[in-house]
Amino acid sequence: MDKMLNVALPKGRLGEKVYAMFEKAGFPCPSIHENNRKLIFENPDCGVRYFWVKPSDVAIYVERGAADIGVAGKDILLEYSPDVYELFDLQTGKCRMAVAAPEGFRDDTSRALKVATKFTNIARAHYAARGRDIDIIHLNGSIEIAPILGLSDVIVDIVETGTTLKENHLEVVETVVPISARLIANKASFKFKSTPIESILQNLALQTEETL
Amino acid sequence: MNTGEEKAVAALRALYRRYGYRHYKMSKFEEYDLYSRNKEFLISDNVITFTDTNGKLMALKPDVTLSIIKNGQDTDGMQKVYYDEHVYRVAEGTRAFKELKQVGLECVGTVDTYAVYEVLMLAAGSLAALNEEWVLDISHLNVVFALLEDAGLSAEDTRRALALIGEKNRHELTALCTAAAIPSEKAAVLLELVGLYGTPASVLPRLHALLQDTAAAPFVSELQTVSDALARVGFGDKIHIDFSVVNDGNYYNGFVFKGFIHGISSAVLSGGQYDRLMQKMGRRAGAIGFALYLDLLAELPTSAARYDADAVLLYDGGAALAAVQKAVTTLTAEGREVLALSTLPAGLRYQTLYQLNGEEVTVVG
Repeated sequence: MDKMLNVALPKGRLGEKVYAMFEKAGFPCPSIHENNRKLIFENPDCGVRYFWVKPSDVAIYVERGAADIGVAGKDILLEYSPDVYELFDLQTGKCRMAVAAPEGFRDDTSRALKVATKFTNIARAHYAARGRDIDIIHLNGSIEIAPILGLSDVIVDIVETGTTLKENHLEVVETVVPISARLIANKASFKFKSTPIESILQNLALQTEETL
Repeated sequence: MNTGEEKAVAALRALYRRYGYRHYKMSKFEEYDLYSRNKEFLISDNVITFTDTNGKLMALKPDVTLSIIKNGQDTDGMQKVYYDEHVYRVAEGTRAFKELKQVGLECVGTVDTYAVYEVLMLAAGSLAALNEEWVLDISHLNVVFALLEDAGLSAEDTRRALALIGEKNRHELTALCTAAAIPSEKAAVLLELVGLYGTPASVLPRLHALLQDTAAAPFVSELQTVSDALARVGFGDKIHIDFSVVNDGNYYNGFVFKGFIHGISSAVLSGGQYDRLMQKMGRRAGAIGFALYLDLLAELPTSAARYDADAVLLYDGGAALAAVQKAVTTLTAEGREVLALSTLPAGLRYQTLYQLNGEEVTVVG
């Protein structure tokens, strides 16, 4: 049976930042810095294998056990509710899930609110909690133009700096939930590889304490 | 069913019979109403339904436990049964129908310490019968309930806290405790509980110290008693205490547990005491049991899967029946699994290829 610790990292800036934290935690893999198109990197000396996957797929790799641990945004965890352990808040990749609307928007509560979003489950849960009737429009990208074209009244999306919203004459109406990157673990892997997982966990906790 | 699954079922049935469990055979259908009333008890709420000839809405069984409780009677003493059934669910994601093999047992009656021990021992024994590398995680829900009640959380916060404990999510549990203004010493106990994980020998001393003089103390003693008994039969190091096993607090109480096998990505065994479910269904007795999901065994790598056949015996179409019969008999007597063919299909993967010429058998590949 595979004794290596398999780590799924989200491709992109966040993944690189998180890898640096893992490296500092005693799980380096120098080959990852080579400039090539490889997606899997391993360092047998410290028993670790990293792979880059699409950020929204990290939770699937971990839930299905292809990765023992991984790093995923809270947005993905809320949207797909994977059956995994959420071990740690890495305090990085911070942003928020928010409702945004055209500047000066007034909510007409006499009819269903049209909501365009990539995160249908999060949006549904948010409005269900307050009993508001909504009409969800699932989009895969360029959510910001939906209210401009009259496709929706508001959008539910990730807001980092708010620049894209401002350029499209939108503003945040309310924050749904704050988002950051989380360390997740497969429930079965946690039992059989608890030593390296707990060692990483403790070290990451120390690192975030230092930066806070 | 593949051979691995067949062997597993035979081993498990023999194990349960040894402890006096009776086989309980059920129909594949049940009235849908039973499931709609107890939706949260089911792992998935996607039940396959159809209308019977009387217009009644029926379901293909998604679960066995509910039927056993429904069909059982309140009698004195203890009813011990095991089952070996197919259940039907809709797969998450693909939305396709799935037939799954579920084997398990139920103890219905007055659940005493021996009954708890016996069911946990059989759960551990079941895992050991399936694979060498396994872990059985045990929790006592009453410990968790006692602490949450003592913290004075609202019903909604309790539900949320249970989910966070199930995720080992200490950071959000910390936030929840702060938001609910729980005294810091009580919050600290709750958070330490989430982080505790390991064999009873390593966890219980800390647990006693942490929870002495609290309402949870008697339940920690129960954990100790049962763990000691399990250690006496050699299950001391493969049993772990883990409070993240929460199941559904609406149905379960007392001992809850989940079993894992190395190489399988989710729990293959799940069980616990479900007195609350019994009460909901109007039964006086208590109950404890577990189910094993044998379809998950397919995730384990097997050497046999690399070949379509162990040995292939290739004979000429005109060969005498007696000669082919003799060659096959000889090879099977040697313990080989023989696939006799007159022509070799393209792409067939075999371990050894034999050729029959007249009466002579030669290895050709």
